[in-house]
Amino acid sequence: MTTRYSFGGDEHLFVECDEAMSLDAFFKSLSMTNAIRDAGIKGVTEICPANASFQIKFDPDVIKPNDILKEVQGIESAAAKTEPVIRTRIIEIPVFYQDPWTHETLMRFRERHQDPTATDLEYAARVNGLADVDAFIKAHSGSPWFVSMVGFVAGLPFMYQMVERAKQLQVPKYLRPRTDTPKLTIGHGGCFSCIYSVRGAGGYQMFGITPMPIFDPEQSISYLRDFMVFFRPGDIVKFKPIQQDEYDHALGEVASGRFAPIIRDVTFDFRDFQKDMTGYNAKLQGALA
Amino acid sequence: MTIKVLHPGLSTTVQDLGRPGYFHLGIPVGGAMDRLALRAANLLVGNDEGAACLEAVFIGPQLEFTAPARIAVTGAEMPIKLDGVEQPGWTALEVKAGQVLSFDYLKSGARIIIAVSGGIDVPLALGSRSTYPIGALGGFKGRAIAAGDELPVGAASSSKAGLSVRDALRRKPGHPAELRVLPGLYWHRILPESQASFFADQWKVAPEADRMGYRFRGGQALKFVEREQPFGAGSDPSNIVDSCYPYGSIQVPGGKEPIILHRDAVSGGGYFMVGTVISADMDLIGQLQPNMPTRFVEIDMDGALAARADRKALLQKIREALA
Repeated sequence: MTTRYSFGGDEHLFVECDEAMSLDAFFKSLSMTNAIRDAGIKGVTEICPANASFQIKFDPDVIKPNDILKEVQGIESAAAKTEPVIRTRIIEIPVFYQDPWTHETLMRFRERHQDPTATDLEYAARVNGLADVDAFIKAHSGSPWFVSMVGFVAGLPFMYQMVERAKQLQVPKYLRPRTDTPKLTIGHGGCFSCIYSVRGAGGYQMFGITPMPIFDPEQSISYLRDFMVFFRPGDIVKFKPIQQDEYDHALGEVASGRFAPIIRDVTFDFRDFQKDMTGYNAKLQGALA
Repeated sequence: MTIKVLHPGLSTTVQDLGRPGYFHLGIPVGGAMDRLALRAANLLVGNDEGAACLEAVFIGPQLEFTAPARIAVTGAEMPIKLDGVEQPGWTALEVKAGQVLSFDYLKSGARIIIAVSGGIDVPLALGSRSTYPIGALGGFKGRAIAAGDELPVGAASSSKAGLSVRDALRRKPGHPAELRVLPGLYWHRILPESQASFFADQWKVAPEADRMGYRFRGGQALKFVEREQPFGAGSDPSNIVDSCYPYGSIQVPGGKEPIILHRDAVSGGGYFMVGTVISADMDLIGQLQPNMPTRFVEIDMDGALAARADRKALLQKIREALA
């Protein structure tokens, strides 16, 4: 893993932790951005972590580009020596896989898909060498995911599954992007899953829908009253398959202001995780019980 | 007082200097595409430089004032009328109660800024009144203004009458427009011949040009250095593992049509970028119309910082001229 530094004009420092996606690259990006935040460097105006890279926005009238570069490079060598441990939270997200709304949408855009005769889930199961849709849903919801980036549009989480590379679910994006995606669709493109925070265009495969709002500019949803965006990079997500009756019930709870997502604070140790991913994930998920 | 919207124009939104600090959550800074025009318009009517104004693109709105106000229109060249009588741009104008502000066809540039003494007084959302329509955030009800809307205006502070920004202090794109670019980010992904053609070719603004991004076409397709695509990047040579996108960064999906991300940028994605338009030239992009011939001009960091200082000095001159 070689870190590459580049300037995005006179206001951004762009840092690529690795060209390829991996949990190591993500964790390095997260640790470095945390350390940069803690360092409180004067002139840094925004710190944006991404999947295997990150970006620092700075005010060149306050700090010279070469000085911010030196500061961040210094933090890279310091971060390499610190313990790879973060305080974060694990969240259970209910998902109604194979729901009627994403199904209606995927049928409407079938001519833009690699396999017009199958559904997105049937295609995803096949290209990942899994027996059927149920096996795919089991793999998708069986292991937790790291929120490796929040963005594209308001509050949309990109998630990378916490399993070894050989077990990563990979599905190409649509051949041509759709002009419509239902709000709160669970999507997947490349090795990343996402939750569409708002209705709109999209190119990711559609697997299901969650009743849990994750972006609320009105800030009327109980758990979004403090801030309108739910996710933060570093959050850990566990999907829980639900059926239509549970979905309908959850929607009612959201509407009446009673819906409360299951959220637990956890400490994540990257070394322990690497030693035994399955066991470590089981322990993490235990916090949700 | 309020402003009644008789006709909204093509897409007219409330904008100020934006909401920095939320790009890591996918909420862009937003705010006026042409910051200098917004600052100048506010100074002309005695507002704080960052007060909320209306930004209209290509077609101006028709607005009725319910009370007397001092207003100014800056940015693009678009004939300004009060009750049908033409008025000068970049100049403080006195509007009587009941008068109607309207516009003729755009002559040059792309966006006008309309400042009103007291500022457009919509509620703050994450510290800014700027409209971010995708997130239904800020502005007037999170959207572009529509006929029948009544826009609230804040209390005006006293200011000098008859102020004007002289022509030499107004900044406009040339013809062809020249945008200075600092190569970087994934610049190494294209062959030297493409690095040369990117700066040598003349491009023109495509119809797909909005507050999120400006697309260009007409130059040669870029050729990539061959490689095995990294894990997670996607199969097209223009794909990368989804990363952050700087404001002003130039992505070239498929190597074909460059897209410059602007104030309402998506915060990240999976296309490689060849470099970034320098901060001093971002305002100019907001004044480009479709089909405008455009050249990308290579610049280094020292040049970018010098251009930034020049732009600051120009703003200071405007401040002094209007003080």
